[in-house]
Amino acid sequence: MTTLSKDDTTLIRLTLNGREVQGRASPRLLLSDFLRHELGATGTHVGCEHGVCGACTVRVDGVMARSCLMLAMQAEGAQVDTVEGLAPQPDRLSVLQAAFRRHHALQCGFCTAGILMSLDTLLRDEPDADRTRIEEVVGGHLCRCTGYAPIIDAALDAAAELRGGDHV
Amino acid sequence: MTVRPDTFRSPERVEDAALLTGRAQFVDDLPEPGNCLHLAILRAGEAHAKITLDIAAAQALPGVVAVLTGADVAALTKPLMVGVRLPMECWPIAQDRVRYVGEPVALVVARSRYIAEDALALIDVVYEKLPAVVAPRDALADETVLHESVGSNLVSDRSYRYGDPEAAFEEATHRVEISVSYPRNAVTPIECYGLIAAYDPFEEAYDVTANFQGPFSIHSVISRALKVPGNRLRLRTPPSSGGSYGVKQGIFPYIVLASVAARVAGAPVKWVEDRLEHLTASVSATNRETTLAAAVDAEGRVTALDWDQLEDVGAYIRAPEPATLYRMHGNMCGAYDIQNLSIRNRVVVTNKTPTGLVRGFGGPQVYFALERLMRKIAVTLGLDPLEVIERNLIPAEAFPYRTASGALYDSGDYQKALEIGRTDARLAELLERRDVARAEGRLYGIGYAVAVEPSVSNMGYVSTVLTKEERAKSGPKNGAQATATVALDPLGSVSVHVASAPQGQGHRTVLAGVVGKVLGLPAEAVQVRTDLDTGKDAWSIASGNYSSRFAAAVAGTGKLAATRMRDRLAAIAAPMLGVSAEEVQFEGGMVTAEGAKPIPFARLAATSHWAPGTVPEGAEQALRETVYWTPPQLEAPDEADRVNSSLCHGFIFDFCGVEIDRLTGALRIDRYVTVHDCGRILHQGMVDGQIRGGYANAIGAALYEEYAYDAGGAFLTGTFADYLVPTATEVPAPEIHHLETPSPFTPLGAKGVGEGNCMSTPACLANAASDALGAEILTLPMTPARLRAHFAGEEPAAPEGVKPAAAPGGRGLTGSGEVEIAAPRQTVWDTLLDPETLERIVPGCHGVKKVTDTHFRADVTLGVGPVKGRYTVDVKLTDLVEPQSATLSGGARGALGSGEGSGRVVLEETPEGGTRMRYDYEAQVGGKVAAVGGRMLDGAAKVVIGQFFRALAAQTGGGTAKSGLLDRLMFWRRS
Ligand code: FES
Ligand code: FES
Repeated sequence: MTTLSKDDTTLIRLTLNGREVQGRASPRLLLSDFLRHELGATGTHVGCEHGVCGACTVRVDGVMARSCLMLAMQAEGAQVDTVEGLAPQPDRLSVLQAAFRRHHALQCGFCTAGILMSLDTLLRDEPDADRTRIEEVVGGHLCRCTGYAPIIDAALDAAAELRGGDHV
Repeated sequence: MTVRPDTFRSPERVEDAALLTGRAQFVDDLPEPGNCLHLAILRAGEAHAKITLDIAAAQALPGVVAVLTGADVAALTKPLMVGVRLPMECWPIAQDRVRYVGEPVALVVARSRYIAEDALALIDVVYEKLPAVVAPRDALADETVLHESVGSNLVSDRSYRYGDPEAAFEEATHRVEISVSYPRNAVTPIECYGLIAAYDPFEEAYDVTANFQGPFSIHSVISRALKVPGNRLRLRTPPSSGGSYGVKQGIFPYIVLASVAARVAGAPVKWVEDRLEHLTASVSATNRETTLAAAVDAEGRVTALDWDQLEDVGAYIRAPEPATLYRMHGNMCGAYDIQNLSIRNRVVVTNKTPTGLVRGFGGPQVYFALERLMRKIAVTLGLDPLEVIERNLIPAEAFPYRTASGALYDSGDYQKALEIGRTDARLAELLERRDVARAEGRLYGIGYAVAVEPSVSNMGYVSTVLTKEERAKSGPKNGAQATATVALDPLGSVSVHVASAPQGQGHRTVLAGVVGKVLGLPAEAVQVRTDLDTGKDAWSIASGNYSSRFAAAVAGTGKLAATRMRDRLAAIAAPMLGVSAEEVQFEGGMVTAEGAKPIPFARLAATSHWAPGTVPEGAEQALRETVYWTPPQLEAPDEADRVNSSLCHGFIFDFCGVEIDRLTGALRIDRYVTVHDCGRILHQGMVDGQIRGGYANAIGAALYEEYAYDAGGAFLTGTFADYLVPTATEVPAPEIHHLETPSPFTPLGAKGVGEGNCMSTPACLANAASDALGAEILTLPMTPARLRAHFAGEEPAAPEGVKPAAAPGGRGLTGSGEVEIAAPRQTVWDTLLDPETLERIVPGCHGVKKVTDTHFRADVTLGVGPVKGRYTVDVKLTDLVEPQSATLSGGARGALGSGEGSGRVVLEETPEGGTRMRYDYEAQVGGKVAAVGGRMLDGAAKVVIGQFFRALAAQTGGGTAKSGLLDRLMFWRRS
């Protein structure tokens, strides 16, 4: 078995928002720190580093994950999606992002990246998610600014639009 | 909806695109200087102790650049200024004595944060424990004094009297009194503190970028502490800040620490606070013990109030405290017309985190007492609670209304708000719902609360704590300077800057609209910046984002600056259009006058850059306008201690229906209505956003959140699994209603709206719970256990053989058990006293030293939940009866925490020739382990003890524990 020292760094390669990237990480480097400080993808935020607040949520191989609870090394070779990859074009918002803006579903925006990642994944995997389901998923995140109601409304609105219906 | 001149509905925010796409720049996203170093802070694990430090090992760690102790910081700074005259030294880092868990004791600057934290673990702190003072009433006893130079824990004691309260109480039909405790909590933001500090030794100047929120009066406190003139402290804020709710005012002691660290290290230093640090030691609202009495006539009219407030500011009275106690000074009768008032305000220090700004700031503490009392009056007199509220409200025609203690309520129509509650918000329906629920035997209650929400603080209100003689000596303090700058560039486009340091409140969007409207431009044409640089921008002590001052003061000042710019432009345009300046119109991007050919705005606006010579005589160049505005109503406290503590006074009427689960005691909000009057609404979406946010924060304060300490001062809620912030599933959407009585004192007629529900909602929910249970609710948060105690009686006794859990709120560990070991008693006994075998069988042990025959010292690695660390364990044996029994006592000490405990071990021979060993133990744990691992301590202790006995069994049974060996030993254990 190879023994790793905390001072050794290894080259980590992964696919970030569809692009191959690489950076060096020591064995104890968190995925959140690797994304933010090694790869410069600072859109993913860190609010607690113990897995409760959800601000650091990213998608790893298609599944929601708290990047503060993963080591960078565990993401070797993975497909990692972050908030920076949500918009279809640099000057256009995704349906979900636009709904957030319309509904004032963010104030300081610090929790937002994580919530967007969770909801984006939810609406992709369960396009028919209803209010209760959405509340459940948003319930895995902490937001101190909005009181959550506009976030739920934005998600419902986006879900309807993505299903091809009208805004609710 | 009618369109009003200065307002617009809810346009999308210009802030949002960057925030939604991950491009926003929060402090930890800013590019770091190439030579940037990282700071980590070692914090006290004990609440009250003398300390000695050994930093040699930390200094020697490769990658560490500097290690600073309290003495190193003191050598380069002065103590932080405090608001009351006291011989108390308020340092941002402990000077040989710690007074609260989490207090900084050493700073490490290293190449990376990871290395800096490694070095923290190498610093050895020896604590010589002192008794901790935790409860404010215990502090008054002065058995242990925190600051010997002060001589008492009571650091301020002032009494105030307005009208004739004694006579009113004399004449009153009833005297109704309530005593309540408001707990410690904070609207902890999701982004913690963060900063980058640098020092230029040649200019002797500090340059700090921090997610500080103001008030910028603190800039003076920092400059003084760093011993530099104000112009040598350049304080900047990042473009985005991840929430604050008052809390990021509390970063300022860390600005001092990081600045000194950067100076000593000779390079810029970055520090980003982690969540444990934040919950433990950033800032908390004050906890307060209040006794409030009312003189009441037969009809339920209150003729006098008598307040006795005991405020706990934590270990140091840190600027701007005791402001929490005085922010409401003008508003102590709330929304009620009561002219006789007495107040006694006492401030004590205790071994807890120093307090500071938290959304609501003083309001939650006051309204929890006042609105609970109003309900108690109704219950005492057998009246309807809303009826009692209504009979006491300030009449609509009384505005502007001067309160007994000096506030000038600008405008309002409280009766109208109640009317809206009854009609639009369908109060009767809720009353019926309660009837139905009660008929079904459910615990259902309705609560009411009214609150006057002060905004735009008078910078002089804190000086009410001083006597008038002291005030005369230090000179009057008053006002609230707001500032805004409107600038035109050479292409004639408009830029705006304000010193409001927002954390997501959409200031840029609102100002673009306000300024655009004045200049006849679409909001999109106006570019607004809100990040602040004290080295370059206009600012003053009142700058920043607090006391809900944006809409009322800052946006209004933006309008004033834009108007001044428009007037200058009009003077330049008048001769071109052949009209007088008064006739010039700004509309649709054009500058026009009747009968004249319109000029494009941009062309006119560029004039002073390209052709200043063409500006007509008498007119002024139109380039840049900076306006400072302070409302004249904000005067200094007068001789009689009356103070207009705030400029604006919004109004809130809340009511709600709640149901309490008969089985669990959990409170569910069935319906919550909040009726607001915040004057003119500038942006509906943002106003509602403020209301919803404050309401969610208040649900946390009312039902879940508490910074808990045990009796020894150990901090117990260091993670989001212990400090419970409500999530989407606990926050039902409130129903919001508005009315608008514009403030005559603000340029836009707007008032603040950011904090009201933090003030009204906890009281409203507590009143509803009171109604549901027919019981007094005297403290928060209303946890299921607390509510259940009101109707379910005593907890049933624990079943036979089960030891009840330690008292709630404590992290005391207790346990007992027994094991059978297939080895003779003497062998077991000898093993327990042999350091070499102990070293092998104690889980995680790196070595055992025999200090004396009955004193062992072990070096052990222990993991509790997320915190694994190395501890030095000392065990002393007493009452030795070989080979039967012994008492063990001792303690463990490590970077992650400490513990103390004792246990008793009894060995008995079994008929089979083996040994039965019984044990019980009791321990107290403190430090990081208690703060983050508390929930897991019991389990972890049992696992470790289990491992120990398994190893002991293996050892004494001969040889190491191979598989199958345990069975042969007939090992069993029960605990
Ligand atoms: S930072 Fe990962 S969950 Fe909070
Ligand atoms: S928008 Fe500020 S924490 Fe959610």
